[in-house]
Amino acid sequence: MTAHNRNLVAILGGSTAVYLALAVMMGVLPGIWLSGTPPGPGVAPLTAEQAAGRAVYVSEGCAYCHTQQVRPLATDSGFGRPSAPGDFAYQTPQLLGSERTGPDLTNIGNRQPGTVWQFMHLYQPRSVVPQSIMPAFPWLFEVVDQPPQGESAVPVPKPFAPAQGVIVPGARARALVAYLLALKQPAWPLPAAISTAPGASPPGAAPAGFDAAAGARLFTSHCAVCHGAEGAGVPGVFPSLAGDPVVNAADPAEQIRTVLHGRAGKTINGATYAGAMPPFADQISDQQIADIIDHERSSWGNHAPLVTAADVAAQRAQP
Amino acid sequence: MAYSEHPGLRTPDEPMLVRVFAAYTVSATVWLLLATFVGLILALKFSYPDLFTAPAFSFGRLRAIHTNGTFYAWASPALIGLALFVAARSSGTGLYSASLAWVALALINVAAICGTVALDLGYNAGDQEYREWLWWVRAILAFALVLTAWNLIGTVASRRDEDLYLSNWYTIGAVLWTIIVLIVALLPWYQVGLGQVAVQGYFMHNAVGMWFTPLALGVFYYALPKLLNRPIYSYSLGILAFWTNLVFYPILGAHHFLFSPLPWWLQTLAIVFSVAMLVPVIGGSANFLLTMVGQGHRMHRSPAMFILVGVLAYLFGSAQGTVEALRSLQPVWHLTNYTVGHSHLTMYGFVTFAIWGGVYALLPQATGRRAPDLAIGIHFWLSTIGVIIYVLSLSVGGTEQGLDWMRGAPFIQSVVDQAPYWLWRAIGGGLMFAGHLVFAFNVSLMVWGGLAEQAADRRAAGVPA
Repeated sequence: MTAHNRNLVAILGGSTAVYLALAVMMGVLPGIWLSGTPPGPGVAPLTAEQAAGRAVYVSEGCAYCHTQQVRPLATDSGFGRPSAPGDFAYQTPQLLGSERTGPDLTNIGNRQPGTVWQFMHLYQPRSVVPQSIMPAFPWLFEVVDQPPQGESAVPVPKPFAPAQGVIVPGARARALVAYLLALKQPAWPLPAAISTAPGASPPGAAPAGFDAAAGARLFTSHCAVCHGAEGAGVPGVFPSLAGDPVVNAADPAEQIRTVLHGRAGKTINGATYAGAMPPFADQISDQQIADIIDHERSSWGNHAPLVTAADVAAQRAQP
Repeated sequence: MAYSEHPGLRTPDEPMLVRVFAAYTVSATVWLLLATFVGLILALKFSYPDLFTAPAFSFGRLRAIHTNGTFYAWASPALIGLALFVAARSSGTGLYSASLAWVALALINVAAICGTVALDLGYNAGDQEYREWLWWVRAILAFALVLTAWNLIGTVASRRDEDLYLSNWYTIGAVLWTIIVLIVALLPWYQVGLGQVAVQGYFMHNAVGMWFTPLALGVFYYALPKLLNRPIYSYSLGILAFWTNLVFYPILGAHHFLFSPLPWWLQTLAIVFSVAMLVPVIGGSANFLLTMVGQGHRMHRSPAMFILVGVLAYLFGSAQGTVEALRSLQPVWHLTNYTVGHSHLTMYGFVTFAIWGGVYALLPQATGRRAPDLAIGIHFWLSTIGVIIYVLSLSVGGTEQGLDWMRGAPFIQSVVDQAPYWLWRAIGGGLMFAGHLVFAFNVSLMVWGGLAEQAADRRAAGVPA
C-alpha cells in the first residue's frame, strides 16, 4: 500500500468497521437475544397440516395485506389482547406484517371459525363480502362433477360459481383454512380487579338502551361478513335475517342464545344452511349483543320487541 | 458506440468505461419497465380486484416482484453503473477492471431473473419485505457487490489526486456496508420468531438507508457541480452528513415495528435516532440546495431539475420518516397506505430521480450523444406530476384509513373509504410508467443515436475531471 492510499483505507475501512459494529449491535445481537424468547402460556407449535397451511399463506403473500400483531392501542382492541413476545415463539418466518389493507388475523380462528365461510371467502371473497378487494384464490380449489363421498361442495353463490360442476377445496386450501382456524390468541390471565372480560358491562356505562348507531356498527363488524350488510345472507349457506322467525319472535330467548352460543345445522322454513355460526359469548359484551340484536330486530322490515343487556345477561347465566 | 464518428466533440471517455456505463444503464432500464409495469397492475388490482385472476398474476406474488425488481434490478445496477463511471472520471483514470464490471452485471441479472421467476411461482423467502428473493439468489447479489467493491476500490486507488473525491466516499461506502447488510440478513441462526422481527426491522431500513441513500447522494455530489459548473456549497457539510448518516441510520430500523412485542427500549432507541437523522438529512439537502441557489438559468432545461426534485424528495421524505416514527403519530399512519406513499416519495422521488439526474447528466458526456430537451422534459413532467399524485393520494387516503380505525369504524369501512384514493394512485402510477417509456426512449438515443452532445466544457471548479 502506498502512502497515497492511507486516506482511502481510513475513510472506507474506518466507516466499514463502524458499520460492522453497528450491524452486529442492532441486527445480530437483538436477533440472537430475541430468538431465544420462550413460548408464552398456552402457545403451542402448529400441527403438520397447519404448518403446511402457513406455507401456503407465505407463498401467496397474504402477509402483505394482513398483519398478525395486535398493538396495545385502542385502535387494535377489536383484534384481541396486545401481542406478547411469547406469542411468536413458533413463528418462523415471522408474519407480523407492515400493512393492514385487510384486517389483522391474529384471532381469525376465533372471529371466523366456520370452514364453509373460509372456503367461500378464499374461493371468491366478494361472494361473502361484496366490498372486499382481496384477491380470489380459485387455484387452491378444484372443479369436479360430484364432490367425493362424505365431502360437500363449497356453496359458492351462482354469479361466482363455475358453469359446470361444483367447487371442492384442494389440499392447499384445506391446509390454509386449518392454519387460519388455528390462529387464536391464548387468553391472558388477568387480575380480576381490572378484568375486561367479555360479558361484563363497562363500569359506569349508561343504562341499557338501544344505540342504533352502535348496533349498526357492531353488526357490520361481527355479523355482516356472513349475513350480509342488508341481512340478506347467502341462500343455502347463511340464513337471511329479514323476516326470519327467530329474529321476529316476541320472545328473544332463542335469538340471544344463538348469538351467545352459535348455531349449526338449523332448519329454517324448511331450508337447511351449510354455514356454522360461531359463539360470541366470549367476544363481545352483553350490551353489545343487545345492540346487535336490536339492530336486527328493527331493520330490513323486521319489527320485534327490543332487548336489553339485562335480557342477554339473563340468558348468559342459564346453562 | 458511435461517438468516434463525431470528431470535434468533447474528448470521449475510453470506450471500455463508456460501454460498461451504458450497459448498466440499459439493463437497469429494461428492468425498470418490467418492474413498474408490474407495479401498475398491482395498483389497478386495488380498484379491480378480479383483474387477471391467475396464480402468476396474483397480488401476493407480484408485489414482491415489483419491490425487489425496482430495488435490485433497476435502482441498484443503475446506481452501480453511475458509481463506476464517477469513480473512474473523478480519479482521472480508467476503470480498474472491465471484466469485474461485466461479471457483476451478469450476476445481478442472473439473480434478478431467478428471483423474479421463483417469486412468480410462489417461492419466496418468507414474505420478509425487500428480501423475498430466495437465499441463494441474494447470495449471488451479494457476490456481485463484492466484485463491484473490488472494482471501485481498485479504480480509486490509482487516482491522480491525493484526496478521495466525496462522491466515492458515499458510493464505495454504500457497496461495502451493503455487503454486510446482505450477509446479516442471509444467516439464519438468529432469525427465529421474534428474533427475525428484530433482524427484519434492521434489514428493511438498512437496505434502503445504507445502500440507495448514499449511492444517490454520491451521484448528487458529482453530477450537480458538473451541471452547474460550480463547486459544491460545502465539502465539510458533506463529510458531516456522511459520518452522521453512518452512525444514526443503522439504529432506527426498529421503528418499523413500533408498538410491537419488540423490546420497548429498542423501539425508543429507534425513535430517538429517527429524529437524529434530521442532522444528515437537513445537512445534506441544504448543501445541495445552497449549491443551486442563484443558478436558475443553468437549472432551466437541465438534468439538474431531476436532481432538484430528488433533493426535495430526500428532504421531505426523510423528514416525513422522522415524523412517522413519533409514538403520537404512529397510531394514525402505521400499517396504512400512508407508508406506501412514503416509500414512493423516497425510493421514487429521491432515489429514482437521482438516477435520472445522473444518467441525463453523465451518459451524454460518456457517449457523446444526448436526447432532445423536449423528450427529457416530457419524461420529467410525466414522472413528477405522476409521483405527486401518487404520494398525495396515498397520504390523504392513508390518513383517512388510520382515522377510520381510530374512531372504531367497522374494518370494511376503511377499505370502502380508500376507493377514490386507490384510483388516483393508479392514475399517478400510469403517468409515472408513461414517463419510464419516454426515459427508455431517451436512453436508447443516448446510447445508440440521438443528438451530438454539445462541446460545451462542463469541467467544474472543484470537481476532478
